Amino acid sequence: MQKERPLFSIGLWVLLSLLTLFPIYWLFVISVKPAVDLFTTPSLFIDTAYWTNYTNVLGNETLRRYMLNSVIISSGNAVLCTVLAFMACYALSRYDLGGKENIFFWTITNRMAPAAVFLLPFFLLFTQVFAIGDFKLYDTRIGMILLYCTFNLPFAIWTLRPTIDGIPKELDEAATVDGASTWTLIREVVFPLARPGLAVTLILTWVFAWNEFLLAATLTSFNARTITTGLSEYVTTTGTEWGTMASIAIITLIPALVVFAVVQRHIVAGLTFGAVKE
Amino acid sequence: MRSNKVGWLLLAPTLVILATFGIVPFFYVLYVAFHQWNPFGASPFMAFNGASNFRRLVFDAEFLRAIWYTLKFAFFAVFSEIVIGYLLAQLFMREFPGRGFFRTIHTLPLIVAPIVVGSVWRLMTTPSIGIIPYYLNAWFGYEMNIGRDANAAFVLTVIMDIWHWTPLVTLTLLAALASLPKEPFEQAQIDGASRLQIFWHITLPMIRPAILATVFIRLMDALRTVDEVWMLTGGGPGAATRYIGLHIWKVVFPKTDYGYGSAISVVVLYLTLVMCWLLYVALVAPRARKRSL
Repeated sequence: MQKERPLFSIGLWVLLSLLTLFPIYWLFVISVKPAVDLFTTPSLFIDTAYWTNYTNVLGNETLRRYMLNSVIISSGNAVLCTVLAFMACYALSRYDLGGKENIFFWTITNRMAPAAVFLLPFFLLFTQVFAIGDFKLYDTRIGMILLYCTFNLPFAIWTLRPTIDGIPKELDEAATVDGASTWTLIREVVFPLARPGLAVTLILTWVFAWNEFLLAATLTSFNARTITTGLSEYVTTTGTEWGTMASIAIITLIPALVVFAVVQRHIVAGLTFGAVKE
Repeated sequence: MRSNKVGWLLLAPTLVILATFGIVPFFYVLYVAFHQWNPFGASPFMAFNGASNFRRLVFDAEFLRAIWYTLKFAFFAVFSEIVIGYLLAQLFMREFPGRGFFRTIHTLPLIVAPIVVGSVWRLMTTPSIGIIPYYLNAWFGYEMNIGRDANAAFVLTVIMDIWHWTPLVTLTLLAALASLPKEPFEQAQIDGASRLQIFWHITLPMIRPAILATVFIRLMDALRTVDEVWMLTGGGPGAATRYIGLHIWKVVFPKTDYGYGSAISVVVLYLTLVMCWLLYVALVAPRARKRSL
């Protein structure tokens, strides 16, 4: 089309990248500053790193518990969703089930519904209805693991479906002719071939569960509180501990950054229900 | 060929979980919505009261205002994201060194937890410690105070949303642009069409489905924004940024007026579904018409 001006493009993108990265960088700057320095002239650079905010956070028993809860809930949920989605996608792909395309579409409607709408029913169900004897799902890790399936399981199914569909059915047939049982077939043939897709699904569901806030804030009080909720607790109308808040935010951010580095190419496809593939 | 029983067995756990946590809450909230129920109020037991919760809702100024603010927020945020995202996607269509690298950086905000996004923007904009009010004051003499100025708070929530979600639009539209055939554009240039004409008569009609799909996905998310706005402004000042999700969470829910809260939840869900459906029709209808030709 028109004459390319690479320098112009590069210059513009450097500027835009700075706009993208600056907020994150600033968060880090605040997190390594002592509280007294916050109210002076803002300085863009870090003179001396002050790690006390981090040692305070990591030394805080409650916050450590929240982090552990987050790790357990995200991991449990990611594994559960990936395994169930793998089974479901295999069933949808290989069996002639009546109305399966409707079921497939129905799963995604669970993800579309605004979480705020379901806060009240979830709260009531978790505190009063879903109970076995004295055991209630409210403020339990298992409750959160199951609850997060409402958004992560549809996501996992929609991300995995193309992978499973892409594995040639002839392989299944060959294995069946050779006398393999369904279980052997899944374990020995389908699973190894689906492994890359499974890994992406596992990682993205993990980070979505880790990032979740609203449901955790409503359906946990202490025992199963997650780190995102812990972060919100540091914002109070009177005297926010900015440095502590910033360092919790950085800690909350780290898994996302790692995930970003690993599966960066799949993020957009994941967030658009696979509508965009690169 | 093989028994379908195994297929249903493999699918069963998924269906059970999604039914328990998807369908049951839906019918439960619908049921509670037709009842008067406030465990800490004058009538602690559930009592059927017909449609009176819904009748009350029509005259609830707070609720209507929250809906209006939400629509305003969603409109400005999504509209800006589409415009900026399209321009950025066009920039990415050019060949220049380091394109992949810049695209990677551009993806970063998408994976950041909304609650962290809210914290970041709060740190940057809180008066007396934030860097943005500081420089706005030092360079332009503008006093920015999101704790008092409703407009500033509203604009800031929109800007935050743009920062967070424009990359999704950029990358979606980039994928659409990259998949377009080259010939119509070359032909139009030979015929001497201006850039604006090319955009209006060729590019836009061709990427219309992609734009609508993006609007659809973004609008659904913008309408249910809670975390980052709560973290940034807490819904304030006053109720200026108390969008509907926040309203349910922070105002309706803590009042323990469960019957009325359920009615609000049902109506919000209904409105969301209607908007979904309208967009879906806009999205699918033109394609279906094309197919029938």
